[in-house]
Amino acid sequence: MAALEIFVNDRKVACESGATVLQACRAAGVNLPTLCHFKGLSEVGACRLCLVELEGSPRLAAACTLHVAPNQRIRTDTERLRRYRRMTVELLFSERNHVCSVCSANGDCELQELGYAVGMDHVRFPFLNPICNLDASKSEFAIDHNRCVLCTRCVRVCAEVEGAHNWDVQGRGFLSRIVSDLNQPWAESTTCTTCGKCIDVCPVGALWPKHKAQGQFEKRPEFVSELIAKRGRGRP
Amino acid sequence: MATTVTINPVTRIEGHARITLHLGDDHKVHEAYFHVNEFRGFEKFCEGRLYTEMPTITPRICGICPTSHSLASAKACDAIQRLIPTPTGVLLRRLAQAGQMLASHALSFFHLSSPDLLLGFDADPASRNILGLAAKAPEIAVKGVLLRKLGQEVSERLTGKKIHVLGMVPGGMAFPLSEEDRAALLAQLPAALETCQMALGILKGYIDSHRDMVASFAMFESPYLGTVGPEGALDFYDGWLRWVDADGGVLAEVPPQRYREFIAERSMDFTYLKYPYFKPLGFEKGFYQVGPLGRVNAATRMSTPLAQAEFREFRSLNGGRPVHGAFFHHYARLIEMLYCVEELKRLLDDPGITSTDVQARGHRNALEGIGHTEAPRGTLFHHYHVDDTGVLTRVNLLIATGQNNPAMNRAVLEVAKQYVDGERITEGALNRVEHAIRCYDPCLSCSTHALGSMPIDMSLYSASGEELDRARRS
Ligand code: SF4
Ligand code: FES
Repeated sequence: MAALEIFVNDRKVACESGATVLQACRAAGVNLPTLCHFKGLSEVGACRLCLVELEGSPRLAAACTLHVAPNQRIRTDTERLRRYRRMTVELLFSERNHVCSVCSANGDCELQELGYAVGMDHVRFPFLNPICNLDASKSEFAIDHNRCVLCTRCVRVCAEVEGAHNWDVQGRGFLSRIVSDLNQPWAESTTCTTCGKCIDVCPVGALWPKHKAQGQFEKRPEFVSELIAKRGRGRP
Repeated sequence: MATTVTINPVTRIEGHARITLHLGDDHKVHEAYFHVNEFRGFEKFCEGRLYTEMPTITPRICGICPTSHSLASAKACDAIQRLIPTPTGVLLRRLAQAGQMLASHALSFFHLSSPDLLLGFDADPASRNILGLAAKAPEIAVKGVLLRKLGQEVSERLTGKKIHVLGMVPGGMAFPLSEEDRAALLAQLPAALETCQMALGILKGYIDSHRDMVASFAMFESPYLGTVGPEGALDFYDGWLRWVDADGGVLAEVPPQRYREFIAERSMDFTYLKYPYFKPLGFEKGFYQVGPLGRVNAATRMSTPLAQAEFREFRSLNGGRPVHGAFFHHYARLIEMLYCVEELKRLLDDPGITSTDVQARGHRNALEGIGHTEAPRGTLFHHYHVDDTGVLTRVNLLIATGQNNPAMNRAVLEVAKQYVDGERITEGALNRVEHAIRCYDPCLSCSTHALGSMPIDMSLYSASGEELDRARRS
């Protein structure tokens, strides 16, 4: 692939054409917060945490879905971006019922880390306190929609890597829910292979091995990324 | 003309409480109510969650006895899985429990109660706390603080957290204990033992020099409940429930799974705490006491030598029969504190304690589970019902302070009768009423007011609602 140059925060960065701005930034050591992005899976640009400013455009762009172009000028750390990122994280917290202290992922959670990273000391938006379901029907795993941030990593890993496509999204906006098959209890799914990849990629505690207590299990996202790399890019 | 005296709120107990004393026409106290106005609805929040999460959720009920909740919860989970925890898992659970009991008892005695005893009930309230104690008797205060710290360190070393424990899981414990942690804890035990003996010395000295006051302070007889192991030995972790009557006769000795056959509860209109009672004796006669005095009065013996010697001396106060009077909760608490240190030593010396075989694993195999254990303040029950996926459908928590609630009311009444006279409450009378409650070391919510910084507001009303007098301190 042809090499080209872009400017990240006025610094010249060399990258390959076809790369995303997120890839170029990370390769150059510029950190960007992400949530829905998962190395090796397709990009959906859903969480809006990787937003950057693009010179010449009035709108912010998601770095994970924006492709590099010659002499593109990107800003990753402006006052406006910091404000939006913090707001986005607060909105994520306010949308479902996140109770870190009793969550299975407490201490090993990307949402929690994002909260720290953006300096969130409280949530300025009213909590929606939706009534969400806990599906513990499966003997190995459980999914708790109270904690889901709708990143759809589970949907993508299941469809693109495992090839099972057990998970999908139902509904719109804040009424969206992750569903198993055609919204059946997980245990009744005819597609789930019980591989556990969704457990490893879930950034929060929404998916977890039922019999593991807080602090007792570690997610292995790298394992899934390595697997994808070994196999070549996931299936269509 | 009846009048109502309100003491509000009580300092240095966990949470908010309010006391009202009702004077009769003779200007003597006729009735006393200890109100608990908090309603937390914890049982309801838990419905819909997975039972295996309960050992993590329930320690959030209280910052003083989180280990007990986690433990009772883990035992209820064991029952739901029909699982026997591994021997090391049991040793570690016992270790965590002894550590918490030590921390809680040390807090109760040194921080909350000893200022009253050492500085006097009538000392200035502004300095009648652990800081005042530190100024007057620094060596005692420091030792007390260190003892509590050791108790907290046990859970920290076991689980990585000082207060809200992690690590209790169905089938045992989540993490093993390292040799290094074992050694670090063992090294602190000799000093801890000395502190416990010092505390016992202080209390016995106080009893000797205040015989009349101690003998009459909130004195009433009642049945007692405690958990006993083999040959009637006091046990915090496991065993059978034993109720004894005021003379020490065994009223019932049953496995904890049968608790519902023996304990009934009644709601009262002046408090959110329910009134539990021993069913076979009925509501009027059936109120019993739990906690240190309940356990030490219900047991036949202590399983460690120094605590056993203290136990015999204690019981000899009443010819070997149960010892009555709210004040003796302090005494029993200190005997237990000594037992905790001896028990820590026994557990840490056990070669099995550092094994990595900490957890047995299982799945839901029952639809119901009862977990029981002794919390610092008394017998604790967690009772769960789950559906076939393990989601909780019903949760019942029977807590220790609830069971002591009728006794606390009685103690307040006895003390008020003795010290409150007419339409005014002196500072000393107010403090004694508070101290009667403090004997039970009640935990009414998660908040800690260890420095007694909450104001007291005391009002005196006539039957027509007119305020006759008001005393306040902040
Ligand atoms: S369950 Fe987890 S992985 Fe799936 S969408 Fe929700 S947060 Fe993302
Ligand atoms: S990581 Fe780019 S939008 Fe989520």
